[in-house]
Amino acid sequence: MRDAAPRPVVFRGGGFQPRPYRAAAPIAFALVLLLWQGATSAGVVSDVFLPSPLTIMSTLWDLTASGELWQQLSVSLLRIGGGWALGTVAGIAIGFAVGLYSLARAVGVPFVSALFPIPKIALLPLLVLWLGVGERPKVATIALGVFFPTVIATVSGIDNVPRGLIRMAQSFDLPMRAILGKIVLPGALPSIIAGFRISAATALLLVVAAEMSGAQDKGIGVFINTEGNLMLADKLLAGIVVLAVLGLIIGGALSLLERRLFKWR
Amino acid sequence: MELVAHGIGHAFGALPVLDDVGFAVADGEIVALIGPSGCGKSTLLGILGGLIPPERGRVSLSGAPPGDCLNPLTFVFQDFALLPWRTVAGNVTLPLEHHPLSAAERRERVEAALQRLGLGEFKEAYPKQLSGGMRQRVGIARALVVRPAVLLMDEPLSALDAQTRELLMEDFLALWLDQRVAAVYVTHNLTEALRLADRIIVLSRRPGRIKTVMPVAIPQRERQTPAAERALAELGHALWQLLRDEAVEAEREVVHA
Repeated sequence: MRDAAPRPVVFRGGGFQPRPYRAAAPIAFALVLLLWQGATSAGVVSDVFLPSPLTIMSTLWDLTASGELWQQLSVSLLRIGGGWALGTVAGIAIGFAVGLYSLARAVGVPFVSALFPIPKIALLPLLVLWLGVGERPKVATIALGVFFPTVIATVSGIDNVPRGLIRMAQSFDLPMRAILGKIVLPGALPSIIAGFRISAATALLLVVAAEMSGAQDKGIGVFINTEGNLMLADKLLAGIVVLAVLGLIIGGALSLLERRLFKWR
Repeated sequence: MELVAHGIGHAFGALPVLDDVGFAVADGEIVALIGPSGCGKSTLLGILGGLIPPERGRVSLSGAPPGDCLNPLTFVFQDFALLPWRTVAGNVTLPLEHHPLSAAERRERVEAALQRLGLGEFKEAYPKQLSGGMRQRVGIARALVVRPAVLLMDEPLSALDAQTRELLMEDFLALWLDQRVAAVYVTHNLTEALRLADRIIVLSRRPGRIKTVMPVAIPQRERQTPAAERALAELGHALWQLLRDEAVEAEREVVHA
């Protein structure tokens, strides 16, 4: 090495840093839609089994204009809203009890672990038995589905509040109520709101499942089921598009809420 | 006010951490607690401030608190313990909110503490926007806003880099010379102890016992003159001799644990 001429140090870092290709996703979406449209227009795929995007769009337009879509959707939205609100309030309340009190934790954690994996839709017949036909068993199914992930998100949020912050508050003699309101709740809130994402998706899933298993009813799940039985794939897919848009709206609203609430992060 | 620890003993399960530690902190005095890692100095501070119940011994506080004191024993934490969702002003206001103060007095106290620590222009900033040094200044402002009798400082500078540490020591000394609030200052850093303390208490390795109490006779404002620095270096050397063997043993213990 002594007499060797100086050699350049070759760059060997880099990579492992995702770059934002902003145009890529819209282009890929457009490409898939274009291929789909082309395949149906050219007759490669039957319009009966897979209607073209344009057909679905125009069906969706008709359903919206005639008010039928809103008739079905509003029923489902009320069920989601009621069930989600019920499950969330109960879940946060029980989550706080489990998070804060050792006895509630000792009892609550095994219970939640045992009941969380049960597919809540399997409880619908039992809930119909208990609560009668109509809205109540559907709302209760959604509430149960929302309740468990909310408890889990709340407890893990409380567990992740740094104990140092609580000791700090105690060192200034903050009363218990202030410790809960000013330290524990804001500290657990990011986890609770992240849990909303899971519970909202669960609510959407359960409303469709519950509606599909009931007959002679209204709701987006009933609508999709009925149109499927009638082999009207364009209406069926229009219903699915509505569900996808609903999911996107909920996700977007939660992201907005998080940006508003957690600008300190 | 005088803070006195009487025969403090403590253990974590079967592991004894403190054994018969007793000392007093006089009004306006800065006492540094120094010792090898794991000697229980932070535990001792927690016991002094009522955050940890001692297994043996007791802590008492005598004399009248300063007139406008809301919280005689007030901590400054190593990790700052700031609420990340509150602004600088919000963090400093926190300890006042449950006290019956007029809005004007609250504002005036917060404003005074912020100005004293040079945080005036960072009032609306969130902790994540601040450097470590600024964060600890917020921690000190929050402690001063309740006008404490004794500050309990748990390695307040050890999460900071050497230069920031130097600057904060200057700030703290200026503050202390101005307000003369007593402090128990836990550190493993000899330089900090020699710069700040009126008395240095050396703890032995676990279980922590008082090994030596060493007064530092030179007034704080004169400690950076060349003569004083020589005297302090000698003191530091003597302290290090005391600490070194303990530290060597303590380090081995930590490895075993």
